[in-house]
Amino acid sequence: MIGLVLRRLAGLVLTLVAVSALIFAVMNILPGDAAAIMLGTSASEDTLAALRSELGLDRPVVWRYLAWIAGALHGDFGRSYTYGVPVSELIGERLSLTLPLAGIALVLSVLVSVPLGVAAAARRRGIIDGLATLFAQMSVAMPAFWVAILLIILFSVQGGWLPAGGFPGWQVGFWPALKALILPSVALALPQAGVLTRVTRGAVLDVMHEDFARTARAKGISRRVTLWRHVLPNAAGPIVTVLGLQFTFLVAGAVLIENVFSLPGLGRLAYQALAQRDIVVMQAVVLLLSGLVIVVNFLVDLLQMRLDPRLRATPA
Amino acid sequence: MSASTRKRPLGLIAGLVLTGLLLAVALLSLVWTPASPTKMQILLKLKPPLVAGLLGTDQYGRDIASLLMVGAWNSLSIAFLSVLIGAGVGTALGLACAIKRAGIFATLVLRGCDVLFAIPPILSAMMLGAFIGPGRFTAIIAIGVFMIPVFTRIAFAAASRIWARDYIMAARARGKGAARVSIEPVAPNIAPPILVPGTIQLRLALLPEASLSFLGLRPPPPAPTRGPRLAAAQTFLRPAPWLALLPGLAIALSVLGFNLIGDGFRDLLDPKAETGR
Repeated sequence: MIGLVLRRLAGLVLTLVAVSALIFAVMNILPGDAAAIMLGTSASEDTLAALRSELGLDRPVVWRYLAWIAGALHGDFGRSYTYGVPVSELIGERLSLTLPLAGIALVLSVLVSVPLGVAAAARRRGIIDGLATLFAQMSVAMPAFWVAILLIILFSVQGGWLPAGGFPGWQVGFWPALKALILPSVALALPQAGVLTRVTRGAVLDVMHEDFARTARAKGISRRVTLWRHVLPNAAGPIVTVLGLQFTFLVAGAVLIENVFSLPGLGRLAYQALAQRDIVVMQAVVLLLSGLVIVVNFLVDLLQMRLDPRLRATPA
Repeated sequence: MSASTRKRPLGLIAGLVLTGLLLAVALLSLVWTPASPTKMQILLKLKPPLVAGLLGTDQYGRDIASLLMVGAWNSLSIAFLSVLIGAGVGTALGLACAIKRAGIFATLVLRGCDVLFAIPPILSAMMLGAFIGPGRFTAIIAIGVFMIPVFTRIAFAAASRIWARDYIMAARARGKGAARVSIEPVAPNIAPPILVPGTIQLRLALLPEASLSFLGLRPPPPAPTRGPRLAAAQTFLRPAPWLALLPGLAIALSVLGFNLIGDGFRDLLDPKAETGR
């Protein structure tokens, strides 16, 4: 088991290195002169030269990449050109919004989809199953930003119960800050919940008809206990896998949702950096978000092995 | 829906009809729209549906029905082209990897897939957009590149199963080269497992397309796709909610159409499978 984990860990590090190299190549090598892109066409030759030396553009590409990675490992992502502060400072601030947002959305989607999927599978072709399928189809089809706008119309414009956007910051108190995150996290959770409901239903249906489930029922264990105690743990594999795969979409969704609700999170930062052509900030945010996706998938792999001892036997 | 329609594939039929209609509207927009989608009539701005035009007008007095029709064409063509890129490159890579499953090439490609898959298409589109500029090309490339690992994995898995068959060994014994075997007997046999995810990926391509254009990473104006009007519409939620509702509804319907087709095909081809998406 430990050998397998170490091997996976080596794979994780390799993937992270490759992703960082790819991001660096796309942001630094493909565009040619990064300084010219950041300053636009109207910049004078002096300003260009100053920025070039600040960015280290006069040095070899490999040196720049290594310096970037070495800095990133120490939490130093360089200085933002437009904000005039260290990028790590910007990111730290924004993470305090994006992480809770993604976390709440993840928890919400699991809380809705797992019970719904199990209930749908328990009475296949029943009313709940029909409703669950309808819910899954609808929520997967609706673009997250549109759901966000619908929620704003219903709960802010018409009802006036919840803020339509903006974030007061955690320092004003837990409740006002949380209130600003309710609509965004619901909008972010809905498409995830749709996918997870389908997967849970399918996984439970697959396991429900296996011998051990029938044995449990034959021993006199109630239908409900069989489902939750015996079937669901065995169906957890595919659910957890999809949860991990969906994390990419959760991150992508957060980028959008933050922009709909004007929330100062990482996604909004990436978008603003794009608008201002702040390459230093862009590459740091993309690296961070992609790294997050990779690490989460790695953890899902480990969890998978923990959940299913059969996976430990086969080499990766 | 799949469960209750085992005998007649109602979902598939509904999906085909829905997608057919949307496609017809999109194609029609190439030759005819009720009004010019770029013509501004400020006097008629923000009129509700049926008061001015079939679906009302936007903040510049442009006809929403016409804008949606042209938008449908832009969205569908971007989604289709990006899936074509993903499926084409991905299938070729998957086929090549299956020749020598544990070889250096296969390992590198499959690892590379992990790398590509880790970067959400919205972020790669933003990176590309930073220097080649936002546009149709950026959207197609960004979404297409994200699709490559999906198809590579599917093609690799399917082709590996085919390679284990006796008739492949027979072909190899007759002296056919690995490349030729990949194209002649293997490729046609992995077509079904590629086509079904293909339809499903179309839906997955439509959503990022809408998202990218919502963020403004879209074909430059005046070319209308459905997203940017949503962004603008956000400012008019109180006086004109239909501005925000209609484009999203159009996107949701097209995604639903592809979804139903994908599910329907999967049920037809493999009646036992009811898992996954």
